[in-house]
Amino acid sequence: MAGLGGTETLGRKSRWAILDLVVVVYALVPVLWIMSLSFKTTKTLTDGNFIPREWTLDNYKAIFQTSEFVRALGNSIGIAIISTVIAVVLGTMAAYAVARLDFPGKKALVGVSLLVAMFPQVSLVSPLFEIERSVGLFNTWPGLILPYITFALPLSIYTLSAFFREIPWELEKAAKMDGATPAQAFRKVIAPLAAPGVFTTAILVFILCWNDFLFAISLTSTSASRTVPAALSFFTGASQFEDPTGSISAAAVVITVPIIVFVLLFQRRIVAGLTSGAVKG
Amino acid sequence: MAEIVLDKVTKRYPDGALAVSDVDIEIADGEFIILVGPSGCGKSTTLNMIAGLEDITSGELRIGGNRVNERAPKDRDIAMVFQSYALYPHMTVRENMAFPLRLAKVDNATVERKVNDAAEILDLTQHLDRRPANLSGGQRQRVAMGRAIVRSPKAFLMDEPLSNLDAKLRVQMRTSVSRLQKQLGTTMVYVTHDQVEAMTLGDRVVVMRGGVVQQIGAPQYLYDHPSNLFVAGFIGSPSMNFLPATLEDGTLRSSLAELPLTDRIRKLLESADAPREVIMGVRPEHFEDAALLDDASRARGATFTGQVDVLESMGSDKYAYFTLSGEQATSAELAELAADVGSADVPTSGIQLVTRISAASPARLGQSAEIWFDADKVQLFDPSSGRNLTFAGE
Ligand SMILES: Nc1ncnc2c1ncn2[C@@H]1O[C@H](COP(=O)(O)OP(=O)(O)OP(=O)(O)O)[C@@H](O)[C@H]1O
Ligand SMILES: [Mg+2]
Repeated sequence: MAGLGGTETLGRKSRWAILDLVVVVYALVPVLWIMSLSFKTTKTLTDGNFIPREWTLDNYKAIFQTSEFVRALGNSIGIAIISTVIAVVLGTMAAYAVARLDFPGKKALVGVSLLVAMFPQVSLVSPLFEIERSVGLFNTWPGLILPYITFALPLSIYTLSAFFREIPWELEKAAKMDGATPAQAFRKVIAPLAAPGVFTTAILVFILCWNDFLFAISLTSTSASRTVPAALSFFTGASQFEDPTGSISAAAVVITVPIIVFVLLFQRRIVAGLTSGAVKG
Repeated sequence: MAEIVLDKVTKRYPDGALAVSDVDIEIADGEFIILVGPSGCGKSTTLNMIAGLEDITSGELRIGGNRVNERAPKDRDIAMVFQSYALYPHMTVRENMAFPLRLAKVDNATVERKVNDAAEILDLTQHLDRRPANLSGGQRQRVAMGRAIVRSPKAFLMDEPLSNLDAKLRVQMRTSVSRLQKQLGTTMVYVTHDQVEAMTLGDRVVVMRGGVVQQIGAPQYLYDHPSNLFVAGFIGSPSMNFLPATLEDGTLRSSLAELPLTDRIRKLLESADAPREVIMGVRPEHFEDAALLDDASRARGATFTGQVDVLESMGSDKYAYFTLSGEQATSAELAELAADVGSADVPTSGIQLVTRISAASPARLGQSAEIWFDADKVQLFDPSSGRNLTFAGE
């Protein structure tokens, strides 16, 4: 009986392992390919080898020498961080209200934010272009930050209110009984418990802003506010006759790195179950 | 200096539900008062209004002589222990207990001392640096109490604090709650569902039903002199036996026996203007095996003969259960009580009777026994209003 169970779990394990491997390979091959391209020399770029014959860092050196890319990287980082902070702060307050309070118009608020999230962004590009041009936001940081916040807010309200709903309300009552003002109760009890949710949301929002191409390409015109995804499409290579694939690959790898760092950095904070032990177990 | 007075306090929730209606309770300084009643009767709502967690719709709440209706919980100087304990999971036991003191900006040395003292009292010293998630239910419960006692508040409010503990621990914690309150001498309002807690813990008990206070008094007084059918049925375990009965020419006719009324009861009934159809209530301990009694004692009551359905020997005495033929007593109060203990769905035919008789009784399971009951201990109730017709009120 025991042996049978053992082989069964073994069979199951290997089946899962194979499935996992397929998924991982499927997801990683394009990434690895881009990485491989970024390390190839111009000559070997199109030789079709997965592992570069000749390794080089020239592509990386090249992109960091072009002011175009460096500026774009700065824009990307600045715009994504500012948008994330604003969207998460506003989203935290809104989500708290949605999760905890009963106020007139709550259903409408939730409905509208869902609507915003589902709205096809493409259809907004031309009106936004016109509006931003006439109010002078075109090709500026705020010109990108504003639409990013708009589309990030529904996301952050949704994820955060789910987290807030998980926190037992009695903790807040207990804090009030212990002498806390509502602000103190929020700061000292609710916020620390909601932290994993806030970090998760921040990462999602950051990725959303970081990866955006549509607004970045339509609402910018110079390197003053162009972000990396948009700047990539303007890469021409060192000379007009040179294939820019190498530098584009290198740039793509570079902009993937912050996301990975971000996730790794906050991974430990995202662990759920922080609220366990609050109430009866 | 911390008596709590509820003066015609009423709570209507925004959705229109009337949770508490015109509650008048005067809680003396240092008193241990218990709120009991079936689920949904408004106990938690009352407690939350005292705490300041729920607004008072109308009426006045005074603590130490001052109206506090409009004060925030933190300005009322009251501590509360929640049914779920509501410990802060991101803080250690020490931080949890220190939290109210930190908020009150008490200096570090005092915080340290008070937390250590409280931990000592509650036997938590070796757990101070652990987190709530790693504690047992009883330990968490004590941490919650510790958090309440550290800042020496004017009063403690507890909402079913022991209901999440297993039976054995509950008994243990019950005595420690009682000891703690005596030791600290702080006013305590304690909500419970539990019969035994209600009877043993408090100086006085408030019985609530549907948001209305039914009766307030010492546990023994409520037990002996319930003002209505609801209190009679709610207080006491096993609960009072109820049977339909008819009053006629000074005798009480029921499926138990025909009982001549005693003078005391006759007088009370006259002044209460009793109807003909009544509900008769007899507590289990007012029965006795007739075989053990002499004639003089027998004469003070009546006897009936029935077949023993179930016999439970408790060592000190025996519980004998009988099923009598006839209709069960019906009233709104009894239906509500049955619903609360969950016995409403159990189909029964006839009248169930619980008697507590002496351990020396020769009664045997399945055999018939002659059981006597005390005529003067019988209580009679008006089936329509639930009023105790034999109530010898203050
Ligand atoms: N927030 C609320 N909104 C509307 N009605 C409520 C609210 N809270 C409680 N009630 C209602 O008020 C009544 C009293 O509730 P309460 O919680 O005080 O009962 P309880 O006596 O504590 O019951 P339990 O023993 O089950 O805890 C109930 O009928 C309940 O449905
Ligand atoms: Mg309750």
